[in-house]
Amino acid sequence: MAELSREQESHRMGMHTEQLAGRSQQIFFAPEEAENFASPDAFDVDFNKRGEFDVTEMTQNQINLKIRELMSQGYGTIVVQNPGAKHSLGVGILNRLQLYFEGSLGYFGCGLIDGPNVRISGRVGWSCAENMLSGTVVIEKNAGSTFGAAIRGGDLVCKGDVGSRTGIDMKGGSIIVGGRTGAFSGFMMQRGRMVILGDAGKNLGDSMYDGTIYVGGKIANLGVDAVEGEITDLDVRWLERKLAIYGLEAPDGARNMTKIVSGKKLWNYDNLEPMEKKMVL
Amino acid sequence: MAEEKDVDRFLKGDGLDSDREKEIGQHIGYRYDVNLVPDDRPPTPFLAKYIEFMGWDDLNWLEDVHMGYEEGQPAVFDRNINGWVSVPEGLELPDNQQDRDMIARELLIKFQMSERHPLIQLNKAYRKF
Repeated sequence: MAELSREQESHRMGMHTEQLAGRSQQIFFAPEEAENFASPDAFDVDFNKRGEFDVTEMTQNQINLKIRELMSQGYGTIVVQNPGAKHSLGVGILNRLQLYFEGSLGYFGCGLIDGPNVRISGRVGWSCAENMLSGTVVIEKNAGSTFGAAIRGGDLVCKGDVGSRTGIDMKGGSIIVGGRTGAFSGFMMQRGRMVILGDAGKNLGDSMYDGTIYVGGKIANLGVDAVEGEITDLDVRWLERKLAIYGLEAPDGARNMTKIVSGKKLWNYDNLEPMEKKMVL
Repeated sequence: MAEEKDVDRFLKGDGLDSDREKEIGQHIGYRYDVNLVPDDRPPTPFLAKYIEFMGWDDLNWLEDVHMGYEEGQPAVFDRNINGWVSVPEGLELPDNQQDRDMIARELLIKFQMSERHPLIQLNKAYRKF
């Protein structure tokens, strides 16, 4: 008897394939769309209108509301003095803005932002720019763990060292680390690019689905299904352009960086799965 | 990325390349090269103005926007609505992915910033503060 394929076996058991369709919503681009650069509900701000305020005596909620109030008044450049490592500052800003923190931030700074350019002169705690969508965040000193967790887009730059699990679950964007990163950086990475100019800790890129990690220093070891890839001319040109924007460069040149990609051995997709689940559950 | 593939392979074929894909009858992964980084070509005039308006130095988050192919049609994935937005019929596609990606970025920005974007309607209906 000829060997049955997995699909045939499943059919005999009463399970039938269920083609997973795409997620097309039947929405079409309109060629006559107006050329707007900002969302209709965004604050209309002017980069030349500058506001500064000292937050020593303010709570984190008051600080975030003050930033929003200034944006609503058209301030496009805002300087926050003495943030004192308070947590959750500069979060949820869905606007173009030049935002400066003169000092350090605590946990979850600049999370969920979409558009602003943020400069932090000090350090940041855990989960800086978590779920960031677009814009730039530049930290002059060091950062804590889960730096750029689940980032979707934009450039997140730490010129110093960062902790473990950098870019965990990242789904886009570019994370650039001027120094070293801790263990499990790029864990479950799904897309996007991570550039580490110094050394990378243990289990780099563990269980990554996709995306690219470039390392300028030594790698302690690779995680499950992370493999070395071939660095191309396109990679080199992109790295040189991107690093130059932030005044950084690879220690031995972009060409000599190590490129890490997914081995794609953990990819387990099966269109029988939905039906199987229905029968089991 | 180093491997050159037919730019129209997701439009002309079913995308079932590997044995595993043929077995399950389904393409695995994105219907574009998710790891393709932009090359040196300048952005379109519209995108150049958008980048300047935002105060950025490059494409920023748009580096992750590509022309994809969904159900045999060129389309762009809009993360804000978690769905594909189809490219207008009749639009002539360039013969390389980098130029196609640039068109996709421009179309997506115009759509996201328009009043008819679903997120604008949701925002009006549900915004709490």
